[in-house]
Amino acid sequence: MSYVPRQLGDLTPSNPARRQGLLAVFHIDLPLLAGVLMLSGFGLIVLYSASGENLAQVQRQAIRIVLALAIMLAVAQINPSTLRRWSPWLYTLGVLMLIAVLTFGEVGKGAQRWLDLGVVRFQPSEMVKLAVPLMIAWYLAEKRLPPSWQRLAFAALLTVAPVLLIAKQPDLGTALLVGCAGILVLFFAGISWRLIGGLIVALAGAAPVAWYLMRDYQRQRVLTFLDPEKDPLGAGYHIIQSKIAIGSGGIYGKGWLNGTQSQLDFLPERHTDFIFAVLSEEFGLVGVLVLLSLYLFVIARGLYIATRAQETFARLLAGSLTLVFFVYLFVNTGMVSGLLPVVGVPLPLVSYGGTSLVTLMAGFGILMSIHTHRRLLPT
Amino acid sequence: MRREEKALPSYAGRRHTVLLLFMLAGATLIWRAVDQQILEKDFLQSEGADRYLTQVEVPAHRGLITDRRGDVLALSTPVDSVAANPRLLGADTQQLVALAKALAIDPEALRAKLARYSQRHFVYLKRRLPPAAAAQVMEVVRVHGIRGVHLEREYQRFYPAGEVFAHVLGFTDVDDQGQEGLELAYDTALRGDPGAKLVLRDGRRQVVDDVENIHSPRGGKHLALSIDQRLQFIAYRELKAAVKRQRAVAGSLVLLDVPSGEVLAMVNQPSYNPNANRSNRRGRLRNRALTDVFEPGSTMKPFTVAAALDAGVIKADSVIDTSPGYFRLGAAQVQDSKNLGVIDVGTVLSKSSNVGAGKIALALDKRQLWQAMDKLGFGRQVGTGFPGEVAGQLSDYQRWAQIDQATLSFGYGISVTTQQLAQAYATLANDGVFVPATLLKRDIPARGHRVFSRSAAETVRRMLESVVQAEGTAPDAAVLGYRVAGKTGTVKKFGPHGYSDDRYLSLFAGMAPAHDPRVVMVVMLDEPRAGKFYGGQVAGPVFSAVMAETLRLLNVTPDVAVDPALRVAAAGEGR
Repeated sequence: MSYVPRQLGDLTPSNPARRQGLLAVFHIDLPLLAGVLMLSGFGLIVLYSASGENLAQVQRQAIRIVLALAIMLAVAQINPSTLRRWSPWLYTLGVLMLIAVLTFGEVGKGAQRWLDLGVVRFQPSEMVKLAVPLMIAWYLAEKRLPPSWQRLAFAALLTVAPVLLIAKQPDLGTALLVGCAGILVLFFAGISWRLIGGLIVALAGAAPVAWYLMRDYQRQRVLTFLDPEKDPLGAGYHIIQSKIAIGSGGIYGKGWLNGTQSQLDFLPERHTDFIFAVLSEEFGLVGVLVLLSLYLFVIARGLYIATRAQETFARLLAGSLTLVFFVYLFVNTGMVSGLLPVVGVPLPLVSYGGTSLVTLMAGFGILMSIHTHRRLLPT
Repeated sequence: MRREEKALPSYAGRRHTVLLLFMLAGATLIWRAVDQQILEKDFLQSEGADRYLTQVEVPAHRGLITDRRGDVLALSTPVDSVAANPRLLGADTQQLVALAKALAIDPEALRAKLARYSQRHFVYLKRRLPPAAAAQVMEVVRVHGIRGVHLEREYQRFYPAGEVFAHVLGFTDVDDQGQEGLELAYDTALRGDPGAKLVLRDGRRQVVDDVENIHSPRGGKHLALSIDQRLQFIAYRELKAAVKRQRAVAGSLVLLDVPSGEVLAMVNQPSYNPNANRSNRRGRLRNRALTDVFEPGSTMKPFTVAAALDAGVIKADSVIDTSPGYFRLGAAQVQDSKNLGVIDVGTVLSKSSNVGAGKIALALDKRQLWQAMDKLGFGRQVGTGFPGEVAGQLSDYQRWAQIDQATLSFGYGISVTTQQLAQAYATLANDGVFVPATLLKRDIPARGHRVFSRSAAETVRRMLESVVQAEGTAPDAAVLGYRVAGKTGTVKKFGPHGYSDDRYLSLFAGMAPAHDPRVVMVVMLDEPRAGKFYGGQVAGPVFSAVMAETLRLLNVTPDVAVDPALRVAAAGEGR
């Protein structure tokens, strides 16, 4: 899609608008928007069933989606270079707020995640999900790539600090996502394969240490993952029930609102983290494939935007954001289908809840911004 | 700086790696879905069904118990119990108060109960409400949006005749299972087969919907008793009045149909109301007619006489010298209340001479006497299957000393129940043939066995008629218009210090009409403390009153034509 200007006048900002209509004016990437809208719509349909036909809950979620879409559009208007300038400040603010949460945050469900700003309650870890890839991309794009050892080490430090702060809350799922976001930037920036191999070995070696540092409930989750049948009524209940729900769906599913495991309250957290199981039971393998196709389409579009990005900063950022979205999907579906241990990661755009939705949409806004703010260079 | 970026390495390999990993991960997800939704589908679906489909029991309707004429004595009516799942019932104070009010229980008690069972999935809040009241509770539950409360259908047993049939019927517990009496004895038959159905249950173990009826409950069998409710009421009324009047500790009355051996009435005092709550039942639960034994005293004398007649050691017109009113057997002494001199056998019975009866018994072979007693059913269970029924005691004749043989003839050294005594009298009434007794209505006559010859039985019956004559021991037991045969018994109770001189058991056993008896009745009053204690005075009037109404209700033709006016007067006097 290289664009070769035929006239000098084409370079004026008003010109693409004339050719591509309103979409360009508002910096909207149509394929991405379509994918996001379809996923959200599908999500609302499943949510209606998963919430026990609670229309009020569906409405609340719809309103959140609309708000998040508005935020996405707003972010899309911000020029990547502006974002780049803000990056260090956003990162600093994010880390400071994480520290604040640990000092005087609100406790909910056994973890300290929320910061009450008077007007709104706010989860700083969500902001950090964006701030970390922004920061690492900004830092590495400052100098020539591939980065030197010293810069790599510093970038790693910039990633690990917020990850540890979030893990301390404790919020294993978010820590994992933030860590992935940073590491993916490093990967795209071109750390050597030798280093990657070394890191994998180091991680394997660190596993026992991590086990020692984990909280009881986290250890329990890992044990449960390894053998859910050991405690079928307790910790293993979630996984067993969700596997049963998925399997019960078969190829064509039991039909919308007709799932037994989900409708009869066997499935825990069925409208939030385990909504994938509801979908699998009611829409079957066909529904799962449709959902995965939608996700893969959105991710493919994101990766395409990354490859088309003209600046290192934009490319690193786009690649990281897109693959973090994929990590979301993989961790959630993997956990619900019993491939991975249970970590609190929602199914992106589909699970009930507003916090992660806003972050995700803002991320798509950044992708749209990157794609629609390209300078028109002859290639 | 921008120049440097343009010189940025393309990292084609890296891009491909990302793409490869991405595709691998995507393939893993799809494979997982295929694996679970196609390959493991059947296993996982059956696992799911195990969780949401459950087989539950449907209670069967417990069988009716009726009397011999079909009047209902025990029936089960549907009731609803209010149950809750405490794990689910997250009621706030306002809801709790509303619920407690609907259940008519103290809100604090309800709160405490729910707290105590907070880790359970099931607790009864209130059992056995009438269906309409239970529906009102559920309406409150619905209006207040209280979760985790539901109804369970149960059956409650109701006994229309209350305390009159309490001992015979017994009762069921809160789960409608027989606990006492015939309810316990015939529990299996009455209970029937509970049905089974498949229900849809949700994750909170609440039944959501019926899926399939596996098999319907089969109601229990109905039980028709041999007892006639009308006679039972009369017997109960008279016995209760007598126990009160004589200030007796307890009392029993058994009325038997002679040809069939069926029990027409069986009542005891003290009794209880099986429909009321369980408190204050100590000592009232026993069906004393079947469970309590006593020494029968003089009521045994006719059997000794009949056995002696059959053995040929005496004849109907034999005379026995009872003077000087006592005789010695080793260290022991058999004694009459006064010296009766030389008397005939009939007088031995009518005047109740211990010396006369003892001498007749000693004239018999030990074995002959024992056999007669054994065949009469003494020392053996009656065989009604009634819980707690006892056999009494008849010791082995090989261990008898002479004194044992003598005292047995007038009813000491043997223990019997009221029912056993009645059966033995029914044998005399049935021309010497013993018919096993039953509490259930008998369609086919039971096979009996002969104990005495017909002539011996007739002779003894004729002799026993004199007991209720003016000069006999029980003129109060006479029934106007009918010839009655009977025998009194006044037994010294055996206590911790041997035989007592002031604690008695008053008995009357008899039959009517004497020439061809239709019914036999035994009345026993334990420890009358109102002054009178002779069997003829205490138990005789009860016999007379009940027998008079029984014969009338059974349409037994009077033996003597009676002026109706006189009959009314006599009946009034009898009260």
